[in-house]
Amino acid sequence: MKATLPLKLRDVCVRRRGKTLIGPIDLSLDAGDLTIVLGPNGAGKTTLMRAMHGLQRLSSGSINYAVPTVAARDAQAFVSQHPIMMRRSLRDNLIYPLKLRGTSRDEATVMAEDWAARIELTHALSQAAPNLSGGEKQKVALARALITKPELVFLDEPCANLDGHATRDIETMLLAERDVGRTLVMSTHDLGQARRLATRVIFMLKGRVHETGTADSFFSTPKTAEAVAFLKGDIV
Amino acid sequence: MYDIWDGIKSALYLLVTLDRDLIEITLRSLQVTLMAVAIGSAIGLPLGAWLAIRRFRYRRVAIAVLNAFMGLPPVVVGLIVYLLLSRSGPFGVFGLLFTPTAMIIAQVIIITPLIASIAHQAIRELWAEYHDLLISLNTSKGQRIRTLIWDGRRPLITASLAGFGRGIGEVGAIMIVGGNIDHATRVLTTAIALETGKGDFALALGLGFVLIFLSLFVNFATHALGRTERGRFW
Ligand SMILES: Nc1ncnc2c1ncn2[C@@H]1O[C@H](COP(=O)(O)OP(=O)(O)OP(=O)(O)O)[C@@H](O)[C@H]1O
Ligand SMILES: [Mg+2]
Repeated sequence: MKATLPLKLRDVCVRRRGKTLIGPIDLSLDAGDLTIVLGPNGAGKTTLMRAMHGLQRLSSGSINYAVPTVAARDAQAFVSQHPIMMRRSLRDNLIYPLKLRGTSRDEATVMAEDWAARIELTHALSQAAPNLSGGEKQKVALARALITKPELVFLDEPCANLDGHATRDIETMLLAERDVGRTLVMSTHDLGQARRLATRVIFMLKGRVHETGTADSFFSTPKTAEAVAFLKGDIV
Repeated sequence: MYDIWDGIKSALYLLVTLDRDLIEITLRSLQVTLMAVAIGSAIGLPLGAWLAIRRFRYRRVAIAVLNAFMGLPPVVVGLIVYLLLSRSGPFGVFGLLFTPTAMIIAQVIIITPLIASIAHQAIRELWAEYHDLLISLNTSKGQRIRTLIWDGRRPLITASLAGFGRGIGEVGAIMIVGGNIDHATRVLTTAIALETGKGDFALALGLGFVLIFLSLFVNFATHALGRTERGRFW
């Protein structure tokens, strides 16, 4: 696998019609971490992750991988907050990214069926993906991201619509992915989940990175008053 | 006064016995309109898709022009095509006026903007939906277009069906450029107009039934496409 990390953000700003959505942000991301992006609604988590993946044009600043951004994206995957289901069967949704990478249809089908089993949707392989339930869509989007074995995966609230059982399965899956050396960046509103998974935390507030550090230090000794309040569940 | 029931009865008789004139006129109508739909789709579908995906300086203007063309009165299209194809016109040397080809040309001009406009709408929606995914997967331009056209095939077929519906029922333009010549350019709509004028309601009604049947078929097909889109399995 191409080594595209570390990732460095310098003075990154995203503005829309004069309004600053995020920034300025300086940040670096190393291989092997499971970074959780925390913050209240509208803090800029989605915007930051889209920018890191190159889906969001920067108004200023720069984002640098160890290789050019487009090449880096080949080794990445992105799971949107609102899962994008192609108007195809579940099976063909999983096959699509593999076909783009030149995998033969037979081999891709085997992998798709394997992943469908892992997300417990084997029975739905031939169903129209857009007509699956919200939680099922989220699982399909996750499987479609992981199926290409990316080096770096962005996950924007991947468990938002999942029940407890499915959430636990996904967490197990994500930890397994981390253990095989994948780097994960994930946003969540579930603080329990953040504590269970994170090795690093990025705490965002009003478009800026308010605090960042290892998960241990962030959860045990948050440095800022806002982080303390956020962890207590207060409005920040 | 003409008895409407007698008309309907004779019309049904013509249908059941597969009247020669009725069959000939129906087939010519289908031939002209299907050809126009094929050409109109070949131009309109890619054009609509292209307008939806490509960003260029005059895109808005191009879309506005497209919509304006969609509103062209068919009779005026007929008039313009007539002038272009008439002996003294720029394309007069080809001798196309009062041939099925002339009618196809007129119909293409009438239905292509409609097909392109519906295709544009459909692909634009799909592109907005797929944007992040297709960019994230580093797809090439060609791959994006192929994916959007394939996954948007149902609304695109609907666009062609709409073109067919508009073309098959159109009368003004093909009357002008085709001339409604018996055994040459007479089609369903022009024949109905003529037979009604002559007072031969049997044939007019028979042809009318065929036309209604074709329109219903288009509606049914469009509806069925929409249903499969919401179905559990594709
Ligand atoms: N396309 C856009 N145009 C204008 N403003 C936008 C756009 N996208 C996001 N914003 C604004 O940018 C800010 C950050 O949005 P973002 O979606 O990144 O927040 P978030 O942290 O992901 O929130 P949530 O937890 O609700 O998902 C918000 O104030 C939002 O209104
Ligand atoms: Mg978000």
